[in-house]
Amino acid sequence: MRGYLPDFDVRVPASLGEALALLAQAPGTLTPLAGGTDLMVVYNAGRLKPTRFLDLSRIDELRGIREAAGAMTFGALSTFTDLRECAAVHRHFPNLVKSARATGALAIQNRGTLGGNIANASPAADTPPSLLAYGAEVELLSVRGSRRVAYDRFHLGYKVMDLAPDELVAAIHVPLPTGRGFHYFRKVGTRQAQAISKVCLAAWARVEGGVVADLRIGLGSVAPAPIRARHAEAVLLGQALATLPIEAAQAALLEDISPIGDIRATARYRSVVTRNVLGHMLRELATL
Amino acid sequence: MADRIDLTLKVNGADHRVSVPPFARLLDVLREDLRLTGTKEGCGEGECGACTVLLNGRVVNSCLVPAVQVQGAEVVTIEGLADGENLSSLQAAFLTHNGAQCGFCTPGMLLSATDLINRCPNPSDDQIRDGLSGNLCRCTGYAKILDSVHAAAADGGAAR
Amino acid sequence: MIGASSIRKEGRAKVLGTAIYTDDKFMPGALHGLTVRSEVPRGILRAIHFGEGIPWDEFTLVTAADIPGTNLVASVVDDQPFLIGIGEEITHSQQAVLLLAHADRHLAEKARRAVRLEIEELPAVLDIQSSLDLQTVIYGDNNLLKEIHIAKGDPDPVWAQAAHVVEGEYRTGAQEQMYIEPNAMLSVVEPRDGALQVTVWGSLQCPYYVHGALRQLFGLSEKQVRVVAMEMGGAFGGKEDYPSVNGGHAALLAWKSGRPVRLIYDREEDLACTTKRHPSRTRLRTAFDAEGTLLALEADFILDGGAYATLSPVVLSRGAVHAASVYRCPHVRIHARAVATNTPPPGAFRGFGAPQSLFAMERHMDICARKLGLDAVELRRKNFLRMGDTMATGQVIREDLDLASIMDRALAAIGYRDKRAAFAITNQEDGPIKRGVGFSVFMHGCGFTGNGESHVASVAGVEGLADGTVAVLAASTEMGQGKNTVFAQIVAETLQVPVEQVETAEVDTDRVPNSGPTVASRSTMMVGRILEDAASGFKQALVQQGFLAEPYTPESFRAAVAKAVATLGSLRCYGQYHRPPNISWNDVTYQGDAYPTYSWACYAAEVAVDLDTFEVKVADFAAVQEVGRVVNPTLAAGQIEGGVAQGIGWGLWEEVTMQRGRMVNNQMTNYIIPTAMDLPRMQVIFLENAHVGGPGGAKGIGELPMDGPAPAVVNALENALGALRLDEVPMTPDRLLDRCEEVSHG
Repeated sequence: MRGYLPDFDVRVPASLGEALALLAQAPGTLTPLAGGTDLMVVYNAGRLKPTRFLDLSRIDELRGIREAAGAMTFGALSTFTDLRECAAVHRHFPNLVKSARATGALAIQNRGTLGGNIANASPAADTPPSLLAYGAEVELLSVRGSRRVAYDRFHLGYKVMDLAPDELVAAIHVPLPTGRGFHYFRKVGTRQAQAISKVCLAAWARVEGGVVADLRIGLGSVAPAPIRARHAEAVLLGQALATLPIEAAQAALLEDISPIGDIRATARYRSVVTRNVLGHMLRELATL
Repeated sequence: MADRIDLTLKVNGADHRVSVPPFARLLDVLREDLRLTGTKEGCGEGECGACTVLLNGRVVNSCLVPAVQVQGAEVVTIEGLADGENLSSLQAAFLTHNGAQCGFCTPGMLLSATDLINRCPNPSDDQIRDGLSGNLCRCTGYAKILDSVHAAAADGGAAR
Repeated sequence: MIGASSIRKEGRAKVLGTAIYTDDKFMPGALHGLTVRSEVPRGILRAIHFGEGIPWDEFTLVTAADIPGTNLVASVVDDQPFLIGIGEEITHSQQAVLLLAHADRHLAEKARRAVRLEIEELPAVLDIQSSLDLQTVIYGDNNLLKEIHIAKGDPDPVWAQAAHVVEGEYRTGAQEQMYIEPNAMLSVVEPRDGALQVTVWGSLQCPYYVHGALRQLFGLSEKQVRVVAMEMGGAFGGKEDYPSVNGGHAALLAWKSGRPVRLIYDREEDLACTTKRHPSRTRLRTAFDAEGTLLALEADFILDGGAYATLSPVVLSRGAVHAASVYRCPHVRIHARAVATNTPPPGAFRGFGAPQSLFAMERHMDICARKLGLDAVELRRKNFLRMGDTMATGQVIREDLDLASIMDRALAAIGYRDKRAAFAITNQEDGPIKRGVGFSVFMHGCGFTGNGESHVASVAGVEGLADGTVAVLAASTEMGQGKNTVFAQIVAETLQVPVEQVETAEVDTDRVPNSGPTVASRSTMMVGRILEDAASGFKQALVQQGFLAEPYTPESFRAAVAKAVATLGSLRCYGQYHRPPNISWNDVTYQGDAYPTYSWACYAAEVAVDLDTFEVKVADFAAVQEVGRVVNPTLAAGQIEGGVAQGIGWGLWEEVTMQRGRMVNNQMTNYIIPTAMDLPRMQVIFLENAHVGGPGGAKGIGELPMDGPAPAVVNALENALGALRLDEVPMTPDRLLDRCEEVSHG
């Protein structure tokens, strides 16, 4: 354990109001701590830069999964296990269930949270591609009030977010899909379980009269942050399932991604495999 | 310098009170403050699962849990699985079927297996693989671990 | 008892969590030790700077200048210093320079980070090719740590006459043992009777290696050093030679501080600085006649030995002897070299050089079959060694060896013929999943190579205890393989008592004799055989001295032992290794009986490759082996399954990524070993053919299962994907993509 234990301090607010007030007191000095499954790894390795934390674990207002007005709201502290165990999530958002199952293993899923997965802003996180595919919105709270940001505009660069220092990720709102839906999630990790993704693709499409009426594709591990594959989407929108322009979409996808090579995979691998997985997704869509 | 916190928690049914830094890892609280050394550290990065314990009934990597988050919690460690001298059926099955070789992953593996059998009393191979996929074993190739879990399930699950 | 699946002796403590591993041992007042390392691959150490903000006067600090004895780790060649001194040459990125210890482990870690080393960097040699190029000479005058020639006949005239000559080059990567318990040592050094007494408790395979290293480090006599093996959380060779280094470090800190010291590596440090499997490059040339009979074989076998010799000479030796694999060949030339590089020294890992050379040969045989237009099964069948044949070292096969039966059994188990036929059709379809089956046939020499056993001259014993039970006295360690249980079974069988009446004495050099290191698949066969002798002697002594009358019951035996111990004070009998009369070996010419016997095997694998993602799944696996008599079927199967898992890992996923001579994926997250989701159910089949030299007919099994999986899996990949350049392991998805693109780009 390489973190210098005495340096680390933590505040434990009992309520959301108290938490927001603490964040507002000296914005940027307190780092929110949820399940700890990302932060504690870095801490153990002695590479955690912040030393003052805001423990969110007592704030029940940030828990719970609720369905209302055509959307599902996930409290930021919803764990991956909460997602896995919620029947409504299985029904409406199968990709989110798959994302949750693909995140670490059970011991991680029991602790890690959806809000943490977003705010940690790892490009390799497993739920963001699904949230992008489902058109999620992030609800941010501060003493100044509340605002909502479309999730596909939340990540601005590597670990850069549309999140003010006094703001907390409070909830994630995801509209319930309507119509004839197609859900696809594929994580290509370093192994079959307990893996970090090398490529991750989630997609949701609405099909009307044999035509792609609506489509969102979320990607992980192929850009500095989770991204939408907007160029590929544009090529595919309005196309008939029978004649999906798969190769054109794959070519357009290369404009969406900017993969790097690292110890897990080469840039070339990420690029080729993202293309292939998109092809796989589209061949499945074509058979809907 | 952070103030120490007075931490009360219930471990294997017994109440404990310790004074620890807020960011002390649950793993270290168990091993160093409570001298429950059955819980092992294999990586310190939440990857190997050797430090797995049950926290409020759920498996967690105790190397990733700061003390501040276990105030008032209930923890079960490997030392809490047997009833005195009587092994749990999973412990007995691991012993009989060679589910433990070097034994270092075994405490974490047994806690994950206990959790699995509690949730899923008659698991298939795939369910066992999924349930234990956060516990790395380098000795067995997992075959004898699968055998052990099946045997324990046939023997009535995690119930003693 | 032999042949029964007795319950693991220490198993109960393991499932209860009460087994005491090194870091579990409570030592009041202990300091926490840490190691400051060089970080650059090569240079001259100019100065050590101690940073601000650390109460350095509270720390125990040890540098090379403090070392009381010899600053060289006792090994095959004594060339590796424990610590590098000011003005001395740093030869790899993890070289220990400074040891520090403090009661507060967090402060110790903070202090480690506050140390700055001033190093004048020198050009470094970081891989096999640059070591061979000799642009920079870093070891001796030719960068060679060891060179071996093995010759049989003369291949040179054969090449021109042969119908077919096939050449190939094969590479294997470093592999981490990844025992789940990282390296750990405790030490106390205290004055006793006016002299120093050094004690080390640790996670270690070879207590007498550490014992010898501590004696040399401190300049002490045998009695002044004590080494105790704690419960060990896996080793696989990774705790064979390295414990001499960290054991020495712990003892130096304990000696300097006068306090108990804990030196517990975390995973990052363990991965970065401890030993790995040697990377290899093998070039093979084989000549065949028109029918596919092997006429000549030439092997150029090279291991990357890192910065010091450590165990490389003996790893190279085993690799060289296994290079010709299981084939009859009249003309063989093997040239083997271990070359120096500025990387942390590799060391022992299950298989010990054999997996590297066998990967090359078993891939090569498949490639030869393809080039000759022959079936890979039939090409092998035609060339297998049989009784009376001579191996490359001149060793004559004296046993009734039937490799064809072993192979056929494995092929039947995997459904080889049917699957080949089926996949030939299904792989033509459009989908991304391609399937294949492949296999490898191989052997593993049991025990040390050559004269190793004669040099060690192991001793093991049996001791009667006051309660009438019997203790096994041996320095062989339990690392999960089942030594405690198997030894008890062997002794119980000889004594004709239940296995419950035999326990293993704590492995403490003050109590147990040197039965040699726990390596080389030698414990059951070699030490077990000595224990048979010791147990026979023990029984004889009881009878001769009138304590025991035959026939006896377990109860009367127990009473006899108790009475003998009460009467005599103690009763111990020892046995010692004696070289069998029909075995000979010449260390200079590499001619003779390289091993007393071999275990033989054929492993077959079925794979499914996803050409969208280049992921490979091993869908089925059959491991058929002839290992003499199986002492404990359940434990033996566990050994095979675990070894196969490591072999598959090495073949597909496990890659040590080096940058500037440093492992950069030194986390469990980034060095990928298989989870329960990544492996198939395996079929493990033992064909028993009792071997006269081992206890009850047993041979060695520990390392064998590491040798076969990688070539079997890669041969299966070729079956699935066609003739790609599948010449290297691990065949990671990245590498597989590259190989596929080579073909598509012509």
